[in-house]
Amino acid sequence: MAMEAQGQGPNFSTRGASLFQAIRDNSAGATPYLFLLPCLVILGALLGVPLYKVVEYSLFDNVIIKPDPIFVGLDNYSNLLSDSGFWSALLNTGIFTIGSVLGHLVVGMSLAMMVNADIHPRARTIFRSLLILPWIFTAAVVALNWQLLLNPFGVINYWLGAAGIINEPLDWLGDANLAMWSLLLISTWRGYPFIMVSFLSGLQSVPRELYEAAEIDGANFFHKFWHVTVPQLKPVIYGVVLLDLIWTFQLFPLVWLTTGGGPGRVTEVLSTLTYRLAFVDFQFSQAATAAVSILVISAAFTILYLRNETRNK
Amino acid sequence: MSVNGQTNPYRNELVQERFRRAVIYIALTIVTLIMVFPVMWMISVSLKPTTETFSLPPQFIPETLQFDAYSRVLGNAQFRGFFLNSYLVGIAVTLLSVAIGTLAAFGFSRYRFFGEKTAKLFVITTQMVPTITLLIPFFGVIVWLRLYDSLWGLIVTYLTFALPYSVIMMNGYLDTIPKDFDEAAIIDGCTPIGVLFRVLLPVATPGIISTAVYTFLLSWNEFLFALALTRSTEMRTVPVGIAMMVGEFGLKWDEMMAFSVLGSVPILVLFMWVQRYVVSGLAAGGVKG
Repeated sequence: MAMEAQGQGPNFSTRGASLFQAIRDNSAGATPYLFLLPCLVILGALLGVPLYKVVEYSLFDNVIIKPDPIFVGLDNYSNLLSDSGFWSALLNTGIFTIGSVLGHLVVGMSLAMMVNADIHPRARTIFRSLLILPWIFTAAVVALNWQLLLNPFGVINYWLGAAGIINEPLDWLGDANLAMWSLLLISTWRGYPFIMVSFLSGLQSVPRELYEAAEIDGANFFHKFWHVTVPQLKPVIYGVVLLDLIWTFQLFPLVWLTTGGGPGRVTEVLSTLTYRLAFVDFQFSQAATAAVSILVISAAFTILYLRNETRNK
Repeated sequence: MSVNGQTNPYRNELVQERFRRAVIYIALTIVTLIMVFPVMWMISVSLKPTTETFSLPPQFIPETLQFDAYSRVLGNAQFRGFFLNSYLVGIAVTLLSVAIGTLAAFGFSRYRFFGEKTAKLFVITTQMVPTITLLIPFFGVIVWLRLYDSLWGLIVTYLTFALPYSVIMMNGYLDTIPKDFDEAAIIDGCTPIGVLFRVLLPVATPGIISTAVYTFLLSWNEFLFALALTRSTEMRTVPVGIAMMVGEFGLKWDEMMAFSVLGSVPILVLFMWVQRYVVSGLAAGGVKG
């Protein structure tokens, strides 16, 4: 890099122009690296070291709590893969992730289109601000809030009963048949604003003429959505969905604080399994192994995301 | 539509347009009320005595309006401690990550250099690393550094998540400032640092504020590390405090909801203040990298 900068140096005639040119034409030698250094060193140390450590832990036994870890090779991995708890957690994670992302997508896109409709700009700002709210609260508040709402004596049971939909109050978070559905409801409520906001800014960039042309051709609302909006926003949707998948896949607090993986293990996901292994059972090696499995799967999504990002540029 | 062919077509269209708009307004209002209801209910429950929490039929407006729960929560030194910790960690993380992130963003925005693309990809990728994967090694390292059960441990860990966002958001803002600004300053003899501090930062103030707010929000809301890397009640932050209330402080719904409201007010105020910038910055960061 230094050579590159030197090689270009003599081409600049005056000093003023060379500095000027340097910033413009991008041959400022070491300067950009100095600006990046603190950030890259911190990120490298805070991510590189732990990522190395977690893989190392997964190859040893007795890590962290005992001073003399024993190298066990891939034993932890074969333990994990032969544990039915891991496979059911993996399945639950899949259901939770796909269900949540679908929920976010449907609710988020519908709301974005409603907010983007031809209404007064101030009204639009108010609606958008209110609809973003679920995203801002900390997961602990969200969890507590929904425990109150979904309580057997809570408002949701009361209304469903009053409307004649259910005969007796249901224990939404405590019933093994309902817990995952309740979790998906909560997760949808919590996560749709991200999709809504991203989709909204995408919608504003779709040229109006496309819709007008479609209208002249006699397209109805669904035609316009399917043949104009979706193709125009495909890269945005793809990127946002992948990001959402990556984030939801490893989500911990919402699950831990609402069902705690229960009742039994019916809502146990990989993140709660990992946490339980580490901080409830104190099996840090086994937990590190589960953590590596999460890393591997999310790395696959990340590669897809990065590929999409670089392609769009 | 074709049935009313005889009436003035323009008038007809106007009526139809008004009707359509009214439908949109009504639909939006209903949907928004549904989505915001959990928040309104939280406030409602915080303002009534626990005997009324589950009274049937549910009363949205409390029969006995009281602020007791708020004064009990604010009067409790332990709860005030949670707030103090959250503020300390949040402010430290925000200052550090905005400062370091802005420097890096300046590098990315104003220079083209060897390895630029790789460095950018690295920063984007760091956002994707699962926090739960980092938890166990962080726990090991934090214990080893003797930072377990201290706010320093939290500040260091939060920096990992906050920094990538700061870089990406600040880079987005700096990119919107025309390069002519720097060029004029360079001709006047400004150094790169001078360009950043005297020329770009004053223009990018809204960007800095919204980046800071978003970073603060990330830190304020973080739960997993706050739960695992602290142990004593004195070191707990607001989210962990709220989660602990269920088990350790007994189930008093009015107090829990009052504490939840109080714990959400700082970020709500901040977020609403800069909402527009944060939203556009995030959309740009999340979607365009």
